[in-house]
Amino acid sequence: MISFSEVSKRYPNGFEALRNVSFTVETGEMALINGHSGAGKTTLLRLIAAIERSTTGSVIVNGQDVGRLNGAAIPFLRRNFGLVFQDQKLLFDRSVFENVLLPLQISGFESKAAVRRVRAALDKVGLLGKEKARPITLSGGEQQRLCIARAIVSRPSILIADEPTSNLDMEYAKDIMAIFKSFHQVGVTVLISTHDVELLGDTPQRILTLSHGELTG
Amino acid sequence: MNIWFSYHWHALVLAFKRLALIPFSTLLTLGVIGIAFSLPAGIYVFLENVETLSGQFSSSPQLSLFLKLNATQSEAGKIESFLKENPHVASFRFIPKASALEQFKENPGLAEVMDGLEGNPLPDAFVVTVRDVSAETLETLSRALSELHQVEHVQLDSAWMQRLDALLKLGRLAAWMLSLLLSLLVIAVVFNTIRLQILTMRDEIEVAKLIGATNGFIRRPFLYFGTIQGLVGGIVAWLIISLGIHLTDEPVKHLMQLYETDFRLYHLSMGDSLVMFLFSAGLGWLGAWLSVVSHLLKIEPR
Repeated sequence: MISFSEVSKRYPNGFEALRNVSFTVETGEMALINGHSGAGKTTLLRLIAAIERSTTGSVIVNGQDVGRLNGAAIPFLRRNFGLVFQDQKLLFDRSVFENVLLPLQISGFESKAAVRRVRAALDKVGLLGKEKARPITLSGGEQQRLCIARAIVSRPSILIADEPTSNLDMEYAKDIMAIFKSFHQVGVTVLISTHDVELLGDTPQRILTLSHGELTG
Repeated sequence: MNIWFSYHWHALVLAFKRLALIPFSTLLTLGVIGIAFSLPAGIYVFLENVETLSGQFSSSPQLSLFLKLNATQSEAGKIESFLKENPHVASFRFIPKASALEQFKENPGLAEVMDGLEGNPLPDAFVVTVRDVSAETLETLSRALSELHQVEHVQLDSAWMQRLDALLKLGRLAAWMLSLLLSLLVIAVVFNTIRLQILTMRDEIEVAKLIGATNGFIRRPFLYFGTIQGLVGGIVAWLIISLGIHLTDEPVKHLMQLYETDFRLYHLSMGDSLVMFLFSAGLGWLGAWLSVVSHLLKIEPR
């Protein structure tokens, strides 16, 4: 469960990215965060993953107050999440396989089981045939799917994606959204930010709309 | 325990991979550390050898008693009986001038010089081993001996020993000061190597933090990296010293034969070598740790 109560975020330069935001996403729920660019979508997701801290208000994830966690606890909070970043943050000096393996190495996974899990994750996003490739040789859509494979490999209970479809054409973008939906169907909490409402397709979905840092719907 | 092991194994493998990724700079770093260590360790080995050698010369202090050139055999006999009766004398050896000359002639270099001389320029001599080691006894005995009839000169072999001792002490102090300075150098070298590593791996560190890596997880490969460099640097130093000993062993042996001493150079003992390896590995670790603490923790995900 992710819960924001009266959260504001003001950056040191005075810019107020979020103003008095309150909402709750239940466990197993899928929600989209929609809004123009600069509306505060990314900031909102960064607060959840403790990359930044709110100026006022509290962010609660699985019962923990994220803003009050000390530095040593933050890595363990983050292991609850699968994060898909807007800029992907892939490691280009490692193979596709090694990129996906990284979260398992970090959580100290036994290596044989880890190999199976990496293959399963790559299979899920349709990259199984490219495990030895370097990320730089992949297309934009493939890189995005690689990023998703890395996010899901440790089977997190919460999947957070920041503009996962922003640089993709419609066809690829729908694929990606379908992958996220399939995780939602098996009980994962999914939170996706997007500026592109077209992608939502026909299925009804909970949408949180941000406008200039305020939640409008 | 299993997780602990897998974390460390992962870090160790990663450290080796990173070293292998930059072979040239790794070799340079190892060379610098190796040379830095080989200097004080080499001096230490040298001093140990000199001490062993001086011990061989003076396991019991000796006096050399040179007679006048015109001393007769009966006069030598009187001195001999004096030595026999003196309680401070443990043993003595008479070296007649003829046999002294023979010894010189055995040496090919000196033989020619000796052949060029008319007659024997060498005196009869006694080599006296003293029972009591104290400087006072030596002094008294040497004075008594020098007052004997037909004694030209008494040489106290302990005077140079004392000088050598003082020199060794000084040398040891210099070696310690040198190792202190060079240890700082090694720490600085590792510190800087790790700093560069951290800067080039900024992205990787950031990503790892974002997906839940603890500081320990990120720190570990760098600590292994520094420790390996220190350890291998120590081994390089050991090899440099070995090479030095290998190259000088024969000439030293030859030189010592001139002094009628059978002497081979000693390498660092097993214990000393282990201490050096541990010390160098420890310094590598320390340099890495300082570097990690001052650079790594500043990198936070953006």
